[in-house]
Parts: sequence; structure tokens; C-alpha cells
Amino acid sequence: MKKSPVITVVAIGIGAALFFVLGRFVAIPSPVPNTNIALQYGLLAFMAALFGPVAGLLIGLIGHALIDFSYGWGIWWSWVIASAVFGCLMGLVSKKIRLDEGVFEKKDALSFNLFQIVGHVIAWGLIAPVLDIVMYAEPANKVFTQGLVGGASNIVTTAVVGTLLCVAYASAKPRKGSLKEEK
Amino acid sequence: MDDIIIQFEHFGFQYHAQSEPTLHDINLTVRRGEKILIAGPSGCGKSTLAHCINGLIPFSYRGESSGSLRIAGKETKELSIFDISRHVGTVLQDPDGQFVGLTVAEDIAFALENDCVQEPALHERVQKAAAMVELEDHLRHAPNELSGGQRQRVALAGVLVDDVDVLLFDEPLANLDPATGKAAIELIEQVQKQTGAAVVIIEHRLEDVLHREVDRIVLMGEGRILADTTPDELLSGPWLRDSGIREPLYLTALRYAGVEIRAEMAPRSIRTLRLSDDEKAKVRGWFAAVPPAEERPPRPVLLDVQDLHFTYSGKDHETLRGISLRVGQGELLAIVGRNGAGKSTFSKVVCGFETQQSGTVRFHGEDMAALSIKEHADRIGYVMQNPNQMISKVMIFDEVALGLRKRGLPEDEVKRRVEETLRICGLWPFRSWPISALSFGQKKRVTIAAILVLEPEMIILDEPTAGQDYRHYTEIMEFLLTLQKRGITVAMITHDMHLMLEYAERAVVFSRGRIIADTDCAAVLTDPAIIGEANLKETSLYALAGLCGIADGQAFVRRFIDYERKELRP
Amino acid sequence: MTNIFNYIDRPSPIHDLTGATKLVCLLLWSFAAMMTYDTRLLVLLVVLSLILFRVSKIRLSDVRFMLGFTAVFMVLNNLLVFLFSPQHGVELYGTRHVLFSLGGSYVITKEQLFYHLNLFLKYLASIPVALLFVCTTNPSEFAASLNRIGVKYTVAYSVALALRYIPDIQREYHEISQAQQARGVEMSKKENLIRRLKSAGAILIPLILSSMDRIEVISNAMELRCFGKNKKRSWYMARPFTKWDWLAMAGSALLLAAALLLNRLNGSRFWNPFA
Repeated sequence: MKKSPVITVVAIGIGAALFFVLGRFVAIPSPVPNTNIALQYGLLAFMAALFGPVAGLLIGLIGHALIDFSYGWGIWWSWVIASAVFGCLMGLVSKKIRLDEGVFEKKDALSFNLFQIVGHVIAWGLIAPVLDIVMYAEPANKVFTQGLVGGASNIVTTAVVGTLLCVAYASAKPRKGSLKEEK
Repeated sequence: MDDIIIQFEHFGFQYHAQSEPTLHDINLTVRRGEKILIAGPSGCGKSTLAHCINGLIPFSYRGESSGSLRIAGKETKELSIFDISRHVGTVLQDPDGQFVGLTVAEDIAFALENDCVQEPALHERVQKAAAMVELEDHLRHAPNELSGGQRQRVALAGVLVDDVDVLLFDEPLANLDPATGKAAIELIEQVQKQTGAAVVIIEHRLEDVLHREVDRIVLMGEGRILADTTPDELLSGPWLRDSGIREPLYLTALRYAGVEIRAEMAPRSIRTLRLSDDEKAKVRGWFAAVPPAEERPPRPVLLDVQDLHFTYSGKDHETLRGISLRVGQGELLAIVGRNGAGKSTFSKVVCGFETQQSGTVRFHGEDMAALSIKEHADRIGYVMQNPNQMISKVMIFDEVALGLRKRGLPEDEVKRRVEETLRICGLWPFRSWPISALSFGQKKRVTIAAILVLEPEMIILDEPTAGQDYRHYTEIMEFLLTLQKRGITVAMITHDMHLMLEYAERAVVFSRGRIIADTDCAAVLTDPAIIGEANLKETSLYALAGLCGIADGQAFVRRFIDYERKELRP
Repeated sequence: MTNIFNYIDRPSPIHDLTGATKLVCLLLWSFAAMMTYDTRLLVLLVVLSLILFRVSKIRLSDVRFMLGFTAVFMVLNNLLVFLFSPQHGVELYGTRHVLFSLGGSYVITKEQLFYHLNLFLKYLASIPVALLFVCTTNPSEFAASLNRIGVKYTVAYSVALALRYIPDIQREYHEISQAQQARGVEMSKKENLIRRLKSAGAILIPLILSSMDRIEVISNAMELRCFGKNKKRSWYMARPFTKWDWLAMAGSALLLAAALLLNRLNGSRFWNPFA
């Protein structure tokens, strides 16, 4: 892919649109009744790993804020900020792996998943509940339980969907030279 | 003042990621007010050349250039992309990608906003540009409220807000139906007359661009300029034949009739073409000599659709308003009509993606209403336009196997059926390749193979050849013919008139949710009422028949089709 | 789905305010509603927001489905709070007036009920304003507004691009999903979780890879039309401020100031009638 400052602007816009569509309209039932799997975090992890922390932060922030707006309940800031923090932390892995060059090997998958686990733990185990308490004065045990359940489910989703997307993206970059037709 | 606006001198370019240069020793001069057509097959370097002219190279795509390229007298190496865009306005191939504003007005204003143009100049200039492309009544419309042709006009207005010296069009006809394409070419000429800008059109659909005069055609191949001459010279010369570019259909017919094409005949357009009495007689003689094809025996009915009605939820008008259609086993038919006429919706209902409000779809006499989307796919397969929208696996084998595995077949059965399908589709030599290593046409085959492996008796393809040059087009269509020979029924949704004429046995014409014609292609493409209603374009063969004094133009077109099928593809 | 954000084009004094003003007011207002648990101020905010709703000429029927979501969210959240922490009110207000017991630790207290009342009032104070913003702000004006209140224009334009391409991506998702379902890809409850996620991958991969191509095309189109040339840019949809804009912003600022003042006077965010 080409590189230019405008690419990042567009990646944020399209990333946020994808985040929105997956978060708002794509419902995959999860094992917990009445809850859905948040596919958008697999996407966010992938986009952040490809475009870096600033893009990750803004995709999470804009995408999540737009979802809240579309439901009409205003913005639930604590969770929006948590999404942004996850995107940002996840973006740090872009310095370690070379996904943009189409490389994604076993050890890269390991780093990717290490970062996503740490990112989700910080975002949902720490940021979201603490902000819920500070901003909305909600009871601590409620928000921490919510955070842990959400975080764990997001970790599984990201591990499967995010890793799949990275593998697919890396292998969609054509590499020449090693292929021969077989008869 | 010098009127040369673009000048390439011994120019070459190599992308950083590639081992070979993409452009070699390009020498090309464009003057103010000129109109140039750059043609060539996929991969000939014409898009790279366009990127060099509009500045995306070297500013967005890195690489090594040699020689000199001057725009308005300055070396592009010394300019920024912003300097270049003051001189060159680009209309990209994909009107959705170029339409970045939320409404028409905002998109037209985009370049001005970036230039910090303030009110009231901002609104005035948008208004003026919109008027030039006749969109002043659509300023508040969102992109999905516009047709493909209108979106393209927005793109044009978006570059006309600045007074550019060059208008660069990258494959302007690729996404348009025939009548809209014709209108686009007329609009380009009109805008050029108003602004005096030079026009550079990159396009491989020669006959459609030549609907209006161009000054020169630059033919490219393998990164070099093969010819740079007037349309008359080019069309009568030897270059086109083996370059993967299709010559205008009337010239093909003339060659079949044994008429030698010379520049003095003004072959650039059917309207300018001059034939001697002798040559006309040759055409008439050929017409008389080709025997009419025998009537095909009627085929048993495979798909029987009765009075289908369909409305999308949330819409207040019906998209399908009583469609009845019979498709025979082993047929190859074209479904045509303007955008939004209901062609795609019809296919989606037939494939079980959407459910009709009333009417029946029978397959081998069985009502399909009770079948699931998966069971529909075992009978009728649907192939999307863009193969990238269907491919979800890394390896070819896995992609083709997906549907079987999801149906829970044992792995040895999966292997057997996938391998057989890969052989049929000519993908056997590539069976262990990653899909990313394939060309567009090969990817298309993979998506078709992934559908065929489920052994449907019929497949529906949405625009199977969109955006393909002649060589790839032929490759895909010949492949579909081999499928038809194996007994598979093929229906194609298409805007491509050549495809209809050359391959389809029958054309079904949709308009506003109804079928307005269901007959052979020669009849459709020579009937002005249908052509107008469905945004098609009369075939130039019909005009050629008139020029040669053949009264029954439709019979002439039919004869041409029969000749091609019999003589060239026995 | 052309109007996911439910913008309703029906002239009213609220529509006449610039998008930037409404954005500032929304932020100030929701910050005020978030900061305070003072019941008196919350009631005032609720009354004011209902009046504004009236002025905006938005009808209840226009926002019925959004209100539905919100009501579910509101009830669910209150329920969760109660389930996890039935004595939260007691902790906050420091007294305990038992009304009746549901068994176990689930004792209903006046404090808990008062806390829930405040929680409901907080929603009621902020939701109508958020709805108002969504329904009366033209999405086209949104990016210009963000830029006006100090967000970098590149970021503001990212938001505009997201709004522009959501319908396209939604349609593409739908088409890809249908084609993959025909091949047998399923995401229903019949499959186990990991397989369900992998099926989602079969739809997401084509969607995301084609979106990557889209990113390249769009960024080319934007560069060719000079995006990023200057430190600033103008906006076709921007409008000048009028005195009403300034008034609205001043009013909202006043409400926030009141919230902060009450926090100081009450000694905490809570107004305590039990003490």
C-alpha cells in the first residue's frame, strides 16, 4: 500500500465506518443470552496494527461515538474512551510487526495477540470501570464485572477475527518468484 | 507563449517494489486544446502514465524516473502534487471512490475548500461548475440518490471548479451503461469546447470514445508507446490487431467481407466512413453468402418464473413489477437494462437472497419458495461482479472447497470434487497457489469454480467482464462457453453490447421492474424503442448495413453473429 | 438506510443554530448532567430539555425507535446496578431507611430508590438533548462544526468520510454476507462460538480487503484535489454565528456553572435530603 498522510485520514474514516457497521448492524449471538459478539474489536485491532496508534485511537473514538449517537442515548463517554484507548494501545504493535509490508508470521501473531490481550485488559478492566465510577458514580462491583465479562469476550473475538484478518491481509499481498505451474 | 502543456522526453519509470521498469522511453507531447486517447491492454502502463501526468507519481507512489516530464513548462520533479493539480484535473475510474462529499455541492466544493476559498466565491463557483455539467438541480443530493452517470458528472464538476489546462479521464466508460457512456463522451466534448482545456482519455473501449472526434490515439503496449497517430491512420494500420484492443465492430464486419481498410476511408467513425461502390458490393455479397443459422430445437424449461413482485423493505415503490420468464436448459442469455431496472434484484430473488412478495419461481417444475438460501445455491449459483468480494481463503483449493466443507461432506469427497472442478475451470496448474498470485481473470475463475463445485445446473453472473480488456474478456467468455457446452445454463447481467452480440443467444431487457423485450440480441440492438427505454446503444453494424444499401439491417446483424459463431468458433 | 442518524429537515429555531453551537451546547449540557447528582438541578434540566424538544418541532413519532433503544438501555442499567449493589444508595447518602425486604441482602431502602430516581433523571436530562442534536444537525455540517470548535480539520474530515461511506459499506456487507450464506457460511446459534467467529471472518475478509482498496482510491482522489495543502480549510456547509448561537452557548455554560457551584455548596456531587 502507498504511504501518505492522506492515507491515514482516509483509513480513519473508513475504519470508523466499518467499526460502525459491524457494531451497529451485525449481530452474532454470543453464549451469554441477549448479548452480541463485538466483531468491531477484531477489526479495530487489525486496522490499528496496520495504521498505527493515532489511527487506532481515532477509529475507536469516532466509530464508537457514532454508534452511541445512532442509538440516541448520547455518548456514553467512559466506554467510548475505553474503545479509543484500546485502539491506541493496539496501534503500538505496528512498530513491532511489519503488517503493512505484508509480513505476518507466527511470532508476529504472538505479538499481535499479546498486545490485544493487554490492551483489552487495560481498556475494559481498568479505564471503562474507573471512568464509570468517576463520571457516573456507578457501583464498583457492577462496573468491574461488566468490564471483565466484556473484556474477556472481546479478547476471544479479537484473537480469532483480528488474527484472521491479519493473515488474510498479509497473504493478499502478491509475492512473486516462488510459484511454478504444476501439470 | 508555448502551447505545449505536457511533454514527456525519453521518460521512464520504475516502481520501488518492482524489478522491472513499468514505462520505457516515453515521448509524448500534448498541446492546449488537444484531445488525446490513450489506449492499451491491462498492464501496458497506461495507468502509470496517468499517475505521472497528475502527480500521484512520484508523490504517492514511490519509484525511480528517468528522462524528463514537463507540465506547463516545468519539470514535475520540481513541483508538488498541489502545483500539478492546478494544471491537471483528474476524473478517476471509480465514481464512488472519487465522491468524497456527503452531497453533490460539498463534493464539487472539495478542492475549493482545500484552497481555503471563502464565501461568497465558494458558493458561486460551485454553482457555476454544477451548471456546466447540468447538475444545478441536484446540489443537495447524496451519492446514493444519483445514477452512475450523474456521479461521474459530479466528479467532472469537482475538477472544473478550478481552471485546469488538462482534463485527464481514467477509464471514464468502465462503469456506465452504453447510453450513459455515449452521453459522457458528448459531455466531455462540450466541456472541452467551453474551457479550451486539453483532454486526455485513457480507455480501451475505442469505438465508444470515437463517438466524438479525437485528435490522436496513443497506443501503448508493455510500457512503450507503439503508435501515436490520427484515429484514421491507427484504425487502418496493423497495430490494433495484436494489442488486445478491440477495433470498432463495423471495421470487423468490413474485414470479414474482404474490404481492406485504408486511412482515406475515414474509418474513425461509422458516420465519417466512406466506401466505394465496389466495397459496398463486397459487403452485400458477403451478407448474401453467409447462410442463416439453423433454428435451434426448443430446449426443455429449466427455470420458470411467473409474475414475480418484489419491494425492498422500507421502500414505497416496487422493484419488480410482475416478472415472468422462462429459461431453457443449457441456454446462455443476457439480462440487460439500465441501472436500477431490477436486474440484480431479480437475480437475488431467483437465488433465494431475497424473498418475493408474490409470484412463483420453479426450477425443474419444483417451487423454490420453501428452499433455504443454501439449497437455492445447490441449484442456481450466483457470481458477484468483483471476485474480491467473494474470496475469503488464502489458497485456491480451500476457497473452492469452502461450500462443500460447510455442507459437511467427507474430506475425500471434497478433494475429488474440488480437483475435478479445478480441471474444468483450467485452474489445475495453479492448484497449490495462493489466490493473491492470480490475475483478475483467474480470480474470477476461482469464484466461478467455488460456485460450480456445488454442482448447480444454472449460474447467474453479474457483469462477468466489467473493466476487462479484450484479451481477458475473451478469456472469460470462452470459459463460460465451455461451461455451457457441458450443459450448464448461464445467465449474465451486462452492460456490454459486444458481449450480448457475440455470446448471448437471447437478450432479456429489463426496464422499471418489468421485462420489455425477450428476443434475440440482433432484434434488441436494432430496435430504437427498446434501445431508448433500456439505455442501450444501437450497434454500428446496423448503420453499416444502411450505408451499404442493405434494407434489412437486423438480418445483417444476425448474419454477422452467425458468421462469427460458425466461422471463428466452430 | 440513507438516514441512519435520523436527521429531520424541518425548519425550527433549533435547526437555525449552527452545528458548532449545538455541538458546544451538547457537550456543556451533558457534562453538567454528568457532573451533578443534585435532584433539583436535574429536574430543571429535564424540564428545560423537554421545552427545547417542543421548540425543535421534532415529534415523538420521529424518534420512537431511538427512544425504544434508550428505554431498554436505561432499565437494564438500573436493574444491573440494583442487582450488583442494592445498598449503593446507603453507601452514598450515609443513612439507611428500610422500606421492605426482598430476601437476602436485597433490602429496599429509601436511599436506594432515591439514587435510582436520580439515575433516571440523569438519563432524562441528557437523552432529549442528544436526540435533539442528532435530529436537528445536518450530517454535512457536522465535520465543519468539529473543525470550528478546535478539532483538527484532518480529523474532522475523517468523521465526514465515515458518515459518507457508512451506507456504502453497509450495502457491501449485506451483499457479501448473502453470497457467503449461499455457500453455506452460517453465523447462527447452531455453530459453536469459535466456528461462528470463523464464519464471521469469511464475510469480514472480503469486506475488509475491498475496503483497503477503497482507502487507496479515496486517498488518491483527495490528494488530486489538494486535500492537506494548507493548515486550514474552508467549509461549504459552515454558517456564520448569530446572536442566538452566542445566547445558546452562554445558557449552556451557565447550566454547567450551576452544576459546579452546587457541587461546591453541597460538598459533594450528591444533594442529600436524608441528612
